[in-house]
Amino acid sequence: MTDDEIKALVLSELGKIAPETYPSQIDPTVELREQVDLDSMDFLNLMIAINEATGIEIPEADYPQLATLDGCVRYLRSRKA
Amino acid sequence: MRWEPITKPRQIRNVAPNMPDYAKAYAEFSWDKARAQLDGLPGRRGLNIAHEAIDRHAAGARRGHLALRWLGRHGEVRDFSYADLHLLTNRFANVLRKLGVGKGERVFLLAGRIPELYVSAIGAIKNGSVFCPLFSAFGPEPIRQRIGIGDGRVLVTTVALYKRKVAELRASLPSLRHVLLIGSEQQIREIPDAHDFGQLMNEADSRFEIAPTDPEDLALLHFTSGTTGTPKGAMHVHQAVVAHHMTGYYALDFHPDDVFWCTADPGWITGTSYGIIAPLTHGITSIIDESDFDAERWYGILQDQKVTVWYTAPTAVRMMMKVGTEVIAKYDLSRLRFIASVGEPLNPEAVVWGQKAFGLPIHDNWWQTETGGIMIANYASMDIRPGSMGRPLPGIEAAIVRQKAGAVEVVTDSGVEGELALKPGWPSMFRGYLHEEARYRKCFAGGWYLTGDLARCDADGYFWFVGRADDVIKSSGHLIGPFEVESILLEHPAVAEAGVIGKPDEVAGEVVKAFVSLKSSFSPDEQLRRDLLGFTRKRLGAAVAPKEIDFVANVPKTRSGKIMRRLLKARELGLPEGDVSTLEGA
Repeated sequence: MTDDEIKALVLSELGKIAPETYPSQIDPTVELREQVDLDSMDFLNLMIAINEATGIEIPEADYPQLATLDGCVRYLRSRKA
Repeated sequence: MRWEPITKPRQIRNVAPNMPDYAKAYAEFSWDKARAQLDGLPGRRGLNIAHEAIDRHAAGARRGHLALRWLGRHGEVRDFSYADLHLLTNRFANVLRKLGVGKGERVFLLAGRIPELYVSAIGAIKNGSVFCPLFSAFGPEPIRQRIGIGDGRVLVTTVALYKRKVAELRASLPSLRHVLLIGSEQQIREIPDAHDFGQLMNEADSRFEIAPTDPEDLALLHFTSGTTGTPKGAMHVHQAVVAHHMTGYYALDFHPDDVFWCTADPGWITGTSYGIIAPLTHGITSIIDESDFDAERWYGILQDQKVTVWYTAPTAVRMMMKVGTEVIAKYDLSRLRFIASVGEPLNPEAVVWGQKAFGLPIHDNWWQTETGGIMIANYASMDIRPGSMGRPLPGIEAAIVRQKAGAVEVVTDSGVEGELALKPGWPSMFRGYLHEEARYRKCFAGGWYLTGDLARCDADGYFWFVGRADDVIKSSGHLIGPFEVESILLEHPAVAEAGVIGKPDEVAGEVVKAFVSLKSSFSPDEQLRRDLLGFTRKRLGAAVAPKEIDFVANVPKTRSGKIMRRLLKARELGLPEGDVSTLEGA
């Protein structure tokens, strides 16, 4: 997957959990939870959704690495998404 | 499965528990003696929470002691001694006084865990005003309702939260006279009809004398939810501090050198009673973390801040369990002495996991917004029966009761389920629901306060939680009223009927799930489902809005029109539907 494809995938999963989000307004360098009204359950569900969509196992201890959109891209790329 | 009791050593980390003998402490306790642990306002002018929390320490040997250490999201650290907090809260009390905000008037706070929140809380109480926190993850609707019901006179919030959630509501909040914004001068200047918090603080005098305060004067307003109707504002008075202090001593085992960390947000009562007040009345150090849950960040805080007493919540414990114990081994948590949890019952697996992960069991305790402070607890000195909420605090009489033909009878047989009830009279008991006398009176019968929780009591006096007596949803330790969520769903043009339940969830306890039937011109599809989800999230905020929405042909109701949430829940879980004789169309 290209970086753009990964980004689109994360935003699409985010859109299912928090449909009120405008993907174009997300700053990829800022933590998602600072920009989108996500509680801890939403964030957990996002991690589960990304795992299901990509097949990549994401251990809970790695969650902080996926806090930003750029972080998601870096992490999923390193895990060969 | 039966869980073996966890026995305790006489001392943990060379510290003897404050209550070595539960039975003796319970028998010898009196509220007068508990009250004598506090100073009261100088010159016998009454009792004020702010004086007990800050001023008495600032005037004594603890003045230079670290009161609050704030840890910012991006690694910032700000320290506040008791002397610092004394001056800052004096300033805020003067800010209110200058604005003409008086005794009993409600000062609302809408902010994340930032230092200004803590200063404003105590400063407002110092001024004789009433502190009312709003959870920062609330959407505009819960905010509007609460400020409206609470006749909020002042709102302190950040520029970002104001723009996102409050600006659009301003016209619908006639009681609100002053909005104080935290942010840059530049940002605030652009917002009409708002004050600059920082500027007002800078201009304010740092000397302030607390006016005479009756122990029964209103100090705190905390909103909670019932099954039906609007949120209820539980009123608490200044002498609640006697219970905050006492429970800090017995249930959380505060010792003078403790570093305490309560992970709860002040938007909920735990984050106020124990995230602000109790550690300060004991003159100890309290840690505040601005960030949300992150297992490794949390272990780092426990280690680096040398936390000795830690008060957290089952949802967090269960998330830590998912991360596993291997990570914990990297951290030196040898200072940690006592771990407690509240918000919803802590499952036995989690209690025992604590023992494996930290070498310390997790002490569950029980209380609610209405009780103001911890009522039933597992203590440092007492064996733990995993899954039990423990035994009543000294000064608290608890019982299992049953209502029969309008009368209340105490269930004396052990192990028999009934409603958990408390004998009224403790200092932090709520004094009413604001403007809702009838709802308040309904909480009492036969000389008992009825908690709405179902429980049983074993032969040795340990209480065990069974479930809620009503349809209130408990998600991540927060109460959510199904009616509040249903009302918002009904505002959507496509929705004909809505029923909302708590769906069991292994991490959050319950998550909010909505069932909606649509008006005939709308058809159920994924786009509409998302539209509804986004609609409710925007109005209610992530903490209250449903996580799941299902379409149904119709929402089951009784012939008198009451939504049968129990039936929705039974169907969701594939359980027997029970008595459906009152079902409409049955």
